[in-house]
Amino acid sequence: MTRTTPRSGDRLRWWVYALLVLAAFACVFPLYWMFVVATTDTAAATEMPPRVVPGGNFFHLAGLVFSTVPFVRSIVNSLVVAGTIGLGQALFCALAGFAFAKLRFRGRDALFLLVVLTMTVPTQLAIVPQYMIMSSLGWVDTLQALIVPGLANAFGIFWMRQHMTNAISDEILQAARIDGATTWQIFWRIAFPLVRPAAFVLGLIGFVYAWNDFLWPFVVLKSPEMYTVQIAIKALQTNFNIDLGLAMSGSFLATLPLIVLFVFVGRRMVAGIMDGAFKG
Amino acid sequence: MTTSIRPAKKALAPSAPVKTTRAGLTEIVAPYAYIAPFFVLFAIFGLIPLLFTFYVALFDWNPIGEHVFVGLDNFTRLLQDGRFWNAARNTVSIWVLSTVPQLLVALVLAHLLNHVRLRFAVLFRMSMLVPYITSVAATAIVFAQMFDRDYGLLNWLLGLVGIGPIDFIQSVAGSHALIAVMITWRWFGYTALLYLASLQAVPRTIYEAAAVDGAGNVRQFLHISIPALRPVIVFTIVTSTIYGLQTFTEPLLIARSAPSTCGPIRQCQTLTLFLFEQGFTQFKFGYAAAIGVALFVMVVAFAALNYFLSTRTRPERA
Repeated sequence: MTRTTPRSGDRLRWWVYALLVLAAFACVFPLYWMFVVATTDTAAATEMPPRVVPGGNFFHLAGLVFSTVPFVRSIVNSLVVAGTIGLGQALFCALAGFAFAKLRFRGRDALFLLVVLTMTVPTQLAIVPQYMIMSSLGWVDTLQALIVPGLANAFGIFWMRQHMTNAISDEILQAARIDGATTWQIFWRIAFPLVRPAAFVLGLIGFVYAWNDFLWPFVVLKSPEMYTVQIAIKALQTNFNIDLGLAMSGSFLATLPLIVLFVFVGRRMVAGIMDGAFKG
Repeated sequence: MTTSIRPAKKALAPSAPVKTTRAGLTEIVAPYAYIAPFFVLFAIFGLIPLLFTFYVALFDWNPIGEHVFVGLDNFTRLLQDGRFWNAARNTVSIWVLSTVPQLLVALVLAHLLNHVRLRFAVLFRMSMLVPYITSVAATAIVFAQMFDRDYGLLNWLLGLVGIGPIDFIQSVAGSHALIAVMITWRWFGYTALLYLASLQAVPRTIYEAAAVDGAGNVRQFLHISIPALRPVIVFTIVTSTIYGLQTFTEPLLIARSAPSTCGPIRQCQTLTLFLFEQGFTQFKFGYAAAIGVALFVMVVAFAALNYFLSTRTRPERA
């Protein structure tokens, strides 16, 4: 991350920091508040003025979350769905990106244009026929209904093609070709290892997106043991709408794995998102 | 997204002399095999359902019963349905309320984050991404609590200065504001990072020259940063349009008494939520599909508008 643009005046004014701290506070505070309510009992959650420090009720409420919905099961479901989607996107988008960036074949440019155009199609509003298709496949109330459609996406292909183009010289690939390597070997032994950091960030974004997805799982999942965590916290909210702490505790537990993940890889995610962005 | 759709230079040719051996054939189909998963998945779960929506919309379609062809009946009913116009109004209202502040805040933040001598830059950037990794469901639950009429933090603070209490969930304006706040919270940091990435591509010499000419912080922001960001601003308007028109989870989760209508008077029911209500609680698949078609027309109209905007602004890129 190179910083290239200085401003007039060498010292940063205090208000620059004040505004940035305010924005950072606004970003983090709701999560903190979630934790505060998730640790107080119902009586404390409704007392005025509100308590702003965590209480001692966290384990009690967390236990309640696990006993009222199959929460462990839903975490496992979410891990399976989001993990498979993350891995699938990293692999399939890297493959397609490799083909579009480094292979020559008939119709390549037209097909790539098609990939880009699909990004503008709002497929989510076709949710009724999507449900009908899942129904005819017998996939309603199964995890593959969530996993399979998410295994590859246009954005990922666009992104991996860009990284393949920039990261790998054609000379290396030609040399491998002359040595008799097959296309698959070139991809798997040379190209993919070189773009692994980009594929990692892509998989990460896919993971986060799938973990947090709501509308489609909400439509397609029926039985509590198939729920992903997001649907589980919706169930907590619906069934126990008097106990604020319970829904908050569930929300906090559903968010916690991502926060932990983010502490370790957030830096790379930030760099990855900025890397994939417009550059003027 | 720097690259255009131009072919990569000196792309790799299929492995030298291709014979019609099995190995040779494998090499010829390899590129198609590599791109096939996306096209197959998009066709089955994206394109075909989308086309099928137009077909289903012509029927009185009960998922476990009869399919009766009714022509354009669903559409004429839709146009006379007050609930549809209400949902359309809500959708546009929430979209405007969430997009405008989001983009403005992101612009200012990107400009601030771009200061060369900024300390803790990585920490600031990471904190901006925290809302992005928080699920919409968790966000909706925590914001509904913070904005609660009786026990919410915000109304308590407003009470200290003698305002309120405001019912952010049961009123039209309040619920729209609440949903807009949630969407803004979720996206402003992410958008700021996109803008920041663009700003970093602006050569420092331009800012230095402006500073020598006596342009202060604000004028540099208006005359250098904003024009440089124009393409990415158009891009974020397009994406926030696509997301904004499909807002669903926030309204579903804030009004706990009547989730699928977002409250008893449908005060915050969006089009996607109306589609969901008709399709998956009333099981009127045909009518729901007609709502989907109407949404599609709206998205196309907005896309055309955005295309017009982006072509108009292109000369600015120079």
